[in-house]
Amino acid sequence: MKNLIDLEKKINSELTTKINRTGIKHNQIYLETDKDDLIDVVLFLKTNNDTKFRQLIDITVVDYPENNQRFEVVYLFLSHEFNQRLILKYTISENEIIPSITSIFPAANWMEREVFDMYGVSFKDHPDLRRILTDYGFEGHPLRKDFPLTGHTEVRYSEDHKKVINEPVKLEQNYRNFDYESPWEGTKYIKEELDNNDKKN
Amino acid sequence: MTKKIKNLNLNFGPQHPAAHGVLRLILELDGEVVEKADPHIGLLHRGTEKLIENKTYMQAVPYFDRLDYVAPMNQEHAFALATEKILEIDVPIRAQYIRVLFCEIGRILSHILNVTTQAMDVGALTPTLWGFEEREKLMGFYERVSGSRLHANYFRAGGVHQDLPQGLEEDIAEFCETFPKIINDLESLLTENRIFKQRNVDIGVVTKQDALDFSFSGVMIRGSGVPWDLRKSQPYDCYEQLDFKIPVGKNGDCYDRYLCRIEEMKESVSIIKQCLSKMEKGPIKSLDGKISPPSKREIKQSMEALIHHFKLFTEGYRVPKDEIYTAVEAPKGEFGVYLISDGSNKPYKCKIRAPGFSHLQSMDYLIKGHMLADVPAVLGSLDIVFGEVDR
Repeated sequence: MKNLIDLEKKINSELTTKINRTGIKHNQIYLETDKDDLIDVVLFLKTNNDTKFRQLIDITVVDYPENNQRFEVVYLFLSHEFNQRLILKYTISENEIIPSITSIFPAANWMEREVFDMYGVSFKDHPDLRRILTDYGFEGHPLRKDFPLTGHTEVRYSEDHKKVINEPVKLEQNYRNFDYESPWEGTKYIKEELDNNDKKN
Repeated sequence: MTKKIKNLNLNFGPQHPAAHGVLRLILELDGEVVEKADPHIGLLHRGTEKLIENKTYMQAVPYFDRLDYVAPMNQEHAFALATEKILEIDVPIRAQYIRVLFCEIGRILSHILNVTTQAMDVGALTPTLWGFEEREKLMGFYERVSGSRLHANYFRAGGVHQDLPQGLEEDIAEFCETFPKIINDLESLLTENRIFKQRNVDIGVVTKQDALDFSFSGVMIRGSGVPWDLRKSQPYDCYEQLDFKIPVGKNGDCYDRYLCRIEEMKESVSIIKQCLSKMEKGPIKSLDGKISPPSKREIKQSMEALIHHFKLFTEGYRVPKDEIYTAVEAPKGEFGVYLISDGSNKPYKCKIRAPGFSHLQSMDYLIKGHMLADVPAVLGSLDIVFGEVDR
């Protein structure tokens, strides 16, 4: 559908039980669903004549370590016909296995491998779930928030062993994460403060 | 007596010159016919997304130069647009023209490299020599405007870092006059060249449906006959005010993609000319002092400007809690940034959507059943740069 508001209504009426929340922001439509309904929702979005989200742009995960449902899985879709973008999300806990959508979008193959590599989220029915970006034999999942920026190991060529070896990271100086707590909050804050002062006076 | 024939496994790369960087492609060959291709990527993985999560918004910009390093400013553009939309700031019109101008220069930079190296992959050396002379001039423009030939760090949220130096506009205009002749020269070497055609026509054919299914974008999808260009369909900055055409292929083979790139370069030259003629004097970055740093002169005279400068380059600006996906039409396809801000001065998450990643993924599908010698031709027409594939 041409209009985002119509599209939102359409999705809400067709997928009532499968969609938890919808919203429109920045000229894009945001949907929240559940893990179990994912395949149905994706199939509907791809095949329905009023949606036609026929291109999968990307799959990614956002890590919120403080939440019970730690990971938020995000799918980005694009519809050429209606020139619209859609963002589909659901949350899962740490060790949950989620369905793969490679059978619907072949492009999901590497995207899911990347998610597996970076966040350690496993996919059910994925044809070839291997690490993709990290080194052979790498351990850990780098984009999790609890993975240190420096990593755990570093590689170097060892003259003794005559080969490249892995060692624990040794830093001359610890990584410094500056805390920028300050009253300098930007224009809005200062404006409010000034307004309040004016009222007092 | 029957003899058992085993398929041969061949490592193509990571040090092969036609692997366009650090691709390790494991090919399963039956004689000279490729049965299976398994690209191993990640040899250039630098953890860009992780690093960006630990830097302020301004410090994150240089990482985008290092993604697709043959067209650095196009990537910065996506990130700048994403932060601007969340911050809800307007970009002055002159800054928009400067950005579009340099994005098109980036497009030419990338397409020259791709067209000429693709020619080299199939055996023609001269185009590379001619093309690189022009690239050198374009990188000269990059250097004059940003101080650096490659890692520009020029597009900031709210505009660009500095105004064009004196005389640059004239020199770019002069380039626009001479460059079409070079394109014609390149075309005279390649377009009707028998060997070039034999190596590229009907090789690596992508159908419309497959182009959609494999998340292709940019020239890869247009070569297959899908008229889709974000500059037209979802215009950003001042593209709406410019007049340009989108070349679309017919057959979806390597040769059509080559033709699309050549035509796009010609369109880019026309866009650059329009930008130069429409550009008026004016501010080149947002006037909000809490976002864009003050000029050197102001710092010398105003205490407030000095404080702003100090705070911007230590703490950086804060970006309200939001999430957004913004995409630009980079030379290689749809380059997108999925940005999640949490109200602090650092992005909570910044997922980078690189077009090359999806294109390379389809290598197995594209090359199955082709001869070994077609591998470099197909790979060349995919336009792969490992900076963005591995991130």
